[in-house]
Amino acid sequence: MLEVEGLSKIYGGLRAVDRASLRVAEGAIAGLIGPNGAGKTTLFAAITGFALPDEGRVRFAGVDITGRAPHRICAQGMVRTFQITQPFAQLSVRENIMVGAYLHTPDRDEAAARAEAVARQVGMAALLDRTAAGLTVAGRKRLELARALATRPKLLLLDEVMAGLNPSEIDEIIPVIRGIRDAGVTVFLIEHVMRAVMSLAENVHVLSYGKIIAEGAPRVLAADPVVIEAYLGHGAAQRLAGAAHA
Amino acid sequence: MSAWRVPVALLAVALAYPLVFRTNFAINFGVLVLFFAVIGQAWNIAGGFAGQLSFGHAVFFGTGAYCSTILHVKLGINPWLGLWASAAAGALVGAFIAALSFRFGLKGSYFALITLAFAEAFRILTNAVEFTGGGLGLLIPLKRSAANFQFPERIGFYYTILALAALSIAIALWLKRSRFGARLAAIRENEDAARALGIDTFREKVKIMALSGALCAAGGTFYAQYFLYIDPVVVFGADKSVEMLLVSMIGGTGTVYGPLIGAFLLTLVGEGTRALTNAQGLSLIIYGGLLIVIIAFLPNGLIDLFKLRWGRRRA
Ligand SMILES: Nc1ncnc2c1ncn2[C@@H]1O[C@H](COP(=O)(O)OP(=O)(O)OP(=O)(O)O)[C@@H](O)[C@H]1O
Ligand SMILES: [Mg+2]
Repeated sequence: MLEVEGLSKIYGGLRAVDRASLRVAEGAIAGLIGPNGAGKTTLFAAITGFALPDEGRVRFAGVDITGRAPHRICAQGMVRTFQITQPFAQLSVRENIMVGAYLHTPDRDEAAARAEAVARQVGMAALLDRTAAGLTVAGRKRLELARALATRPKLLLLDEVMAGLNPSEIDEIIPVIRGIRDAGVTVFLIEHVMRAVMSLAENVHVLSYGKIIAEGAPRVLAADPVVIEAYLGHGAAQRLAGAAHA
Repeated sequence: MSAWRVPVALLAVALAYPLVFRTNFAINFGVLVLFFAVIGQAWNIAGGFAGQLSFGHAVFFGTGAYCSTILHVKLGINPWLGLWASAAAGALVGAFIAALSFRFGLKGSYFALITLAFAEAFRILTNAVEFTGGGLGLLIPLKRSAANFQFPERIGFYYTILALAALSIAIALWLKRSRFGARLAAIRENEDAARALGIDTFREKVKIMALSGALCAAGGTFYAQYFLYIDPVVVFGADKSVEMLLVSMIGGTGTVYGPLIGAFLLTLVGEGTRALTNAQGLSLIIYGGLLIVIIAFLPNGLIDLFKLRWGRRRA
């Protein structure tokens, strides 16, 4: 579904993403983890056309999409969410989701119906008439997810949709993401919440200083000294340990 | 359909107005309100609906005024045809400025300044070139007939500008309900999110600037035919740009009826002070004062007083 080969993004002297290669299989839930500042968001940006890669290729569904504009990539079926939520603040939740739904239909009623269906799917049907600016963090994260889903993606890239959520909100969203995959959407997610990564992802890629340093099943990686070192080096070991009893 | 109640009622009132109030003063007043509503709405669909704030919409207004007037005065082309040519020219200039600015990623105040620069450049150019009548401007020879877009009775102008105003409101209503309008709102609210959701933001912004330019230019042709005289300062000057922006801001940017409300207030203040005193600039002082009061108490514009159901909350 997604093939990234030797992808680099350089900011000044910093190789934010450094010759990263990875594959995401169709129908999978794949994870991308790594310490803060590892380059995860930048990798997503380079894949989805928001940042022009300096090296490497991105292939999506067999087509080379390196350097294509984000809107074209979205139209082809790959959509991202933003770690820092980017709601259409003055619009209602319904209108926000409709913007995504309009990708495939010019018809207002059809887009509205699609928005309502997606809102039910992610559990925000009760919030449809709320203004996006008034949503809680959890609400905004769900809205990111809902808008992206409304575009009918084949591949959904989620950038920390669980950051800032409390444990019960995380428990609610995990089955939602699994449901999205079960409905046929491939999911690739960046996540710091280890519990979520453990329970959702079949295959996880680890990024550190812009490089992919490991890949495999989450349980195996959690015991991999290379991975632990990468986290410890950034003082993020507690995050891993904390996840065990969170 | 309840959705049609407000526009139909407004249209009925506007159609009846000159039949009830028959004085030249009253009809002239109506013409000015509708005229400012048209150019205010032209600004509003770009600045309010799509968030592309412009300080130089006079560039479109003047393009329209000069286009039809030059065609008429120099080439003898009927101004009714000229109206269409003006709209096309306005759309072209709008698309050109938008494409140029957005290709180079200019946004916000930079875009506003680019539009202002274009308006000034056009003013200086028309001022310098003999073909456009230079600083003296162009006088449209008097030949009163409806076929010549010079109505013998003011009421003819009234209904002409009413048609344009109705069109401008119809465009705004359509934007509130259409995919194009939803995309513009998304661009206004958050351009990155809009791109992520598959919107070609460059294309949509160029499209709305072309539409805005066309409408504004049509207003320019109307102005030329109503006053039969144009010069570079009047049609390309910063005053016109500011009027369009204020009409929209005072009434309520991004709303369907805001520019109409703002146009009414602008005309009321303008004509009122002119009737009472002949102190130049007094109306602008009053208008500025009103603007401060409105921004302080009604940040969404006067439309908040009306609580119209088709305000900014509707998609
Ligand atoms: N536009 C930019 N210009 C310059 N440097 C940037 C830019 N974007 C990101 N960086 C740098 O690239 C590095 C990777 O940042 P990125 O946001 O991709 O990390 P991340 O893995 O998503 O971190 P986090 O877990 O905190 O979200 C950081 O050092 C960051 O400061
Ligand atoms: Mg990040």
